[in-house]
Amino acid sequence: MKHAAYALTPNRGERMLRHAVVLYIWALVALPLVALLRFGLREGLVALAEALRSPVALSAIWLTLWTSTLVALINMLLGTATAWALVRYRLPGKTLLAALIDLPLAIPTLVTGLMIAVLYGPLSAAGRMFEAHGIQIVFAQPGIVLALLFVTLPFVIRAVEPVLMEIDKSEEEAAKILGASAIRVFRTVFLPSIAPAVLSSGIRSLGRALGEFGAIVIVAGNIPFRTLTAPVYVFGEIESGTPRTAAAVSLLLLTIALGLHAAAHAIERRIGARDA
Amino acid sequence: MHIKVEHLCKRFGDFAAVDDVSFEVSDGSLVALLGPSGSGKSTILRILAGLESADSGQVWFDGEPATDLHARVRGVGFVFQHYALFRHLTVAQNIGFGLDVRRVEKSAVRKRVKELLALTGLSGLEQRYPSQLSGGQRQRVALARALAPEPKVLLLDEPFGAVDAKVREELRQWLRRLHDEVGVTSIFVTHDQEEAFSVSDRVLLVNHGRIEQNGTPMEILDDPATEFVARFVGEVNVFPATVRDDRAQSGALNVRIKGSAPSGLAHLVIRSYDLKLWREDPGVATVQRMVTFGDRVRVQALVDGAGPIIAHFPRRSSLLRGVEPGCRVQVEVTTARAYPAEASSLHPIAAT
Repeated sequence: MKHAAYALTPNRGERMLRHAVVLYIWALVALPLVALLRFGLREGLVALAEALRSPVALSAIWLTLWTSTLVALINMLLGTATAWALVRYRLPGKTLLAALIDLPLAIPTLVTGLMIAVLYGPLSAAGRMFEAHGIQIVFAQPGIVLALLFVTLPFVIRAVEPVLMEIDKSEEEAAKILGASAIRVFRTVFLPSIAPAVLSSGIRSLGRALGEFGAIVIVAGNIPFRTLTAPVYVFGEIESGTPRTAAAVSLLLLTIALGLHAAAHAIERRIGARDA
Repeated sequence: MHIKVEHLCKRFGDFAAVDDVSFEVSDGSLVALLGPSGSGKSTILRILAGLESADSGQVWFDGEPATDLHARVRGVGFVFQHYALFRHLTVAQNIGFGLDVRRVEKSAVRKRVKELLALTGLSGLEQRYPSQLSGGQRQRVALARALAPEPKVLLLDEPFGAVDAKVREELRQWLRRLHDEVGVTSIFVTHDQEEAFSVSDRVLLVNHGRIEQNGTPMEILDDPATEFVARFVGEVNVFPATVRDDRAQSGALNVRIKGSAPSGLAHLVIRSYDLKLWREDPGVATVQRMVTFGDRVRVQALVDGAGPIIAHFPRRSSLLRGVEPGCRVQVEVTTARAYPAEASSLHPIAAT
């Protein structure tokens, strides 16, 4: 008779699978990361900083930073409001609305860019209407913000929604009976519960917006100093055969993105720890 | 505060949660709304608190119409079954919340919080968060929070339902003492008859959104107004019977009934402790089972032509001498009631 422990020890196939999985993840994710780091840093930090000092690069980075931050802030505000409305009110066509909210994740970002360009472009009625009022959307900064809002729409909504649903209705009722105004009820009962989720999902949408390429490349027009974002700049530098500056800007974006990821992760872990 | 409720109705879709309910609660009393789950008792309480609006009917607080008042300005204290404490506030902040939102001076809030911490035996826990407290402590914080703004009436929705049996018993006695000390008019909802009878001055028995009986615990125990009340309170035996004058006949049983019942088909209701039996051949029943619970014995017998009957005796009762499963016994009923057999009353009582 075989020993009982025999059944519990992995056989050869299982051991191989185990090693293969570990190897696959490292090779897929860690290796390219190291490669970029080595490439970017091969001439030293000074050369890297030098590459970042080009005015075009600086303005592209600045544009990406402020549009992404603006988008994250709008998401935190409107995303929370949307989640609130979805959870608490009866809305016309709620199922369809919920599907629409998730749609941006399913649509290829390039198609997103094209949709916005077609709707607000100079050839469309809407585009001409805005133009008549002196507002240019496509090939301008509003187009970038619009494209980023589109691709990051579900982040905050879908993070805040379950938290709101989980809040005990009687806590709200208790506050109301004790004489609290609607604002005070929100501040006491809802805000402390949803704040971590709002913050972490806001940070995640910021991280997503920083790296967005597909939706922007069509809408923005990519005019240096005006509508050229950092990811599109990186692409342009590669195309024109200057991978050094491309790597420098990429490393900067990477650092920011990893920092944001770590921050969001830390907040999410704290939520998890509190709920446990 | 004196509370008066007239013809209250509330429907949820097709379901009549509250169906023409009227009652009064006198100032300073402690009243229980007792009934099975889904009977509408919580809805009545929530209407009183302003958390639910009535479809029709009136609520009066001290003679003033209160039906349309916002929950915020009713001046009621409410205690929820699952405490509903603000989890991001400390015990002291929770208790002081009702005063804080009324912009009461900080020092006055501190003083009142201190009073209530002492009253509820929570002194020393003021800086804790709700998650760091036991169930019994949380419920006392909830009570202190409700009492802090000195409400005119205290409403409690299944206040001890979420704590374990031992703590529940402590909290019951404590609530009664607290009520006698503070004297605030209080109404609490419960599905536990023991809780209702041991704590309250009056009991309103609710079933299917209606008040079946409104009386003191003794009145309800001794004179159940309807078959529902008789069946809900304590363990009872129910037999289909024929009533003539003051006697009811069911199989081999022929018993004198208390109160009056119209002649004809009826339900004969006998409490498990309102009957005696002893060994006698031929007798009227056969013993089937005997189960001992500590100091009591539960005897189950089959009455000829009537069906199973359950009786409780003290364990060392002399009546039980020689009684054993399979033997024949004589049955004497000390108190029995008969209620007209209506189709609706044939339904089994909802689980409690």
